[in-house]
Amino acid sequence: MSQSKVQIKNLYKIFGKTPKKVLAQVKAGMGKPELLEQTGHVLGIQNVSLDIPEKRIQVVMGLSGSGKSTLIRHINRLIEPTDGQILIDGEDVLSMSDKQLREVRRKKTSMVFQKFGLLPHRKVAENVGYGLEVQGVSSDEIAKRAQHWIDRVGLTGYENHYPGQLSGGMQQRVGLARALATDAEILLMDEAFSALDPLIRYDMQSILLELQDELHKTIIFITHDLDEALRLGDKIAILRDGALIQEGTAPQIVLTPADDYIADFTKDINRGKVIRLKALAAAGSPYDGAMIDGSTVLADALLPLSQAPDQRLGVTDANGAYLGAVTLTQAIAALQG
Amino acid sequence: MEFFEEFPSLGRKTLSGMKQAVDETFKGFSRAYGEQLENFFDPLLRFLIWFERLLEATPWPIILLVVGALAWIGSRSWKITAGSVLAFVVIGVLDMWEDTMATLAIISVATLLCIAIGIPIGILMSRSDRMQAIITPILDVMQTIPSFVYLIPVVMLLGIGKVPGLIAVCIYAIPPIVRLTNLGIRLVDKDVLEAADAFGTSPWQKLWGVQVPLALPNIFAGINQTIMMALSMVVIASMIGVKGLGVPVLRAISNQYLALGLMNGLAIVALAIIFDRVSQTYGKRLQAYRQGGK
Repeated sequence: MSQSKVQIKNLYKIFGKTPKKVLAQVKAGMGKPELLEQTGHVLGIQNVSLDIPEKRIQVVMGLSGSGKSTLIRHINRLIEPTDGQILIDGEDVLSMSDKQLREVRRKKTSMVFQKFGLLPHRKVAENVGYGLEVQGVSSDEIAKRAQHWIDRVGLTGYENHYPGQLSGGMQQRVGLARALATDAEILLMDEAFSALDPLIRYDMQSILLELQDELHKTIIFITHDLDEALRLGDKIAILRDGALIQEGTAPQIVLTPADDYIADFTKDINRGKVIRLKALAAAGSPYDGAMIDGSTVLADALLPLSQAPDQRLGVTDANGAYLGAVTLTQAIAALQG
Repeated sequence: MEFFEEFPSLGRKTLSGMKQAVDETFKGFSRAYGEQLENFFDPLLRFLIWFERLLEATPWPIILLVVGALAWIGSRSWKITAGSVLAFVVIGVLDMWEDTMATLAIISVATLLCIAIGIPIGILMSRSDRMQAIITPILDVMQTIPSFVYLIPVVMLLGIGKVPGLIAVCIYAIPPIVRLTNLGIRLVDKDVLEAADAFGTSPWQKLWGVQVPLALPNIFAGINQTIMMALSMVVIASMIGVKGLGVPVLRAISNQYLALGLMNGLAIVALAIIFDRVSQTYGKRLQAYRQGGK
C-alpha cells in the first residue's frame, strides 16, 4: 500500500487541571471511569497510534464521547496533546513554533466542520477564498480560484449570498469548497456531513467520492455513522473511550470484528454492499471456469454466481491475476455473518 | 452603653487631618504637573475649538444639508432624514442654533475620543480574563460615582474650561463602548474562531477579520449608548465652562425660567433622538447578513 502521510504515535490527551501528573497512572493502565473518579481528569485519547495512508480516505469512527473529534484536532494541533507524537510528511507537528504551525495549517491541511464554521459576515465567494486570503494571495487569484471551487461543488450563482441565506447542505458545500480552495494535501473532515439530513448526506458523500477520484487527497474523515464509514473509507479505525480498538478495511471490520462492541455496531448493516469477493476468495484451489472482478460486492455477485455452471466463480484482483474461487454457498454464508 | 449608641468613629481632629493630607497632596500634584497636563491636552483643546468654530462659521443651509446627508447615509430612511432636518429647522427658528452647534461639537469630539480609547480597551479586555477582572470594577465606579465628585479633581487639575468638561463627559460616557466591545468579541461563535484557526489565521488577522467584524453589532450598540450618555452630561459639563445647550438650562434653573429650560432641554432630546435613530439603523444595516432565514 502507499506510504503514510500522517502518523500518530502513542497519543494521549487528558483533560483536567494537571494532566501531566496523572499521565503516569493512565500509562500504568488506569481506565477512564477510575481516572475521573480518583483524579477528576477526563481521558480524551488513550495511547492511539495510527498510520494514515497517502491519497486515501481514512475514516475514524466512534460514538459520541469516543474521542474522535479530539483526535482529528490533534493533527493540526487545534488541541495540544498530553503526550505522544504527530508527524505530517515525517515532520513533527508538536515541536513546531506558532509560525511554522500556521504555515502547516495554511498550506498542508484544511478542515471541514460539523457545524460548518463559516464566517457569517462574508459572502459565499469570500468564505471560499478565506484560506487564500489568510495566505496573502492576490485578490484576482482568490476570485479565480474561489469561483473554480464554487462551480465544482455546484454552487454557481450563489457567490453573493451570505451563509445564513443557504440551507445546511449548501452551507457545507461552501465549507468543502473553502477547504479545497487552498489545495492542501490533507483534508480533515470532522463529522462533516453529520448535521445534514440523510438524502443530502448521501449527495455530499457522492460529491466527495467524485472529487476524490480526481484529486487524490489524504482525507481523514470522522463519523459516527457506520454506513458512511463503510461507503467512504479506504481504511477505517474505530475508537471507544479514546482508545483505538480496531483498524482495517471495511470488509475486515465487518467480517472479523475485533470484539463484541464492534460486532454490535456492524450487525445491522447491509453486508451485501460492503463485503467484496476478494475477501472470500480461498487461495489454493485452481479454477478454470469464468472469472469475476474481486472488487464486486456480494450483492452484485449473487446472480452471476447462481448462473455459473457449478455455482462457482474464479476471483481476480484489479490486474486480472487469479486470487481463488468463491462458491454461492460461501457468498450466502458471508451475507448472513 | 455609650459605646453602642454612637458608632465609634475617628475623632474630628484625626479625620480632618487625613482629609487635609489628601487635599494637600493632590494640590501639590496639581501645582507640579498641572501645566504639563494642560500642555498634554492642548491638541485636544485646539481640535475642539477648531471644530466648534467650523460648525458655527458654516452657513446654516450647509449644516442642514450635511445633517440631512449624514442622516441619509446612516439610516437610508426618508422619514429619519426628514425628521432630522426638521428638528434642526425648529431649533434654528427658536434661536438655539449657536448653542446647538457648540453642543454638537463637544458631543462629536467626546464620542470620537471615547471610540478611539474605548474600543482598544474593550479589545484588550476581551483577550484576557485578568484584564476583564481589573477593568470591570473601574468601569463600575466610573458609571456610578456622582459626576460632581470627579469634577472636583478634574477642575483642580485643569481649571474651568472645555477640556475638563470634555474629560468629565468622557469619564461618564466611555464605559458602554468598552463593555460592549468586550462583550461582542467574547460572544463571537467559538466554532467560527476554530475554523479561522484551522486555516492558519494569525492573531491579528483573526482580530480584524473575524472577531471585530462579528462584534460590530454590539460595538455599535456601545457607540449608540456612549452618544446618549455624552448628551446627558451636557448640562453638568456646562457648569464647568462648556458652551452649549446646557448653559441656558443652568440659567433657567437659577432663575426659574420654565420655558427657556424646556426649550433647551427638548433641543437636547431632539439631538439624542436623531443620533440614536441614525446610529441604530446604521448598526442594523451592518448586519445585513443576519436577515437571511436560518
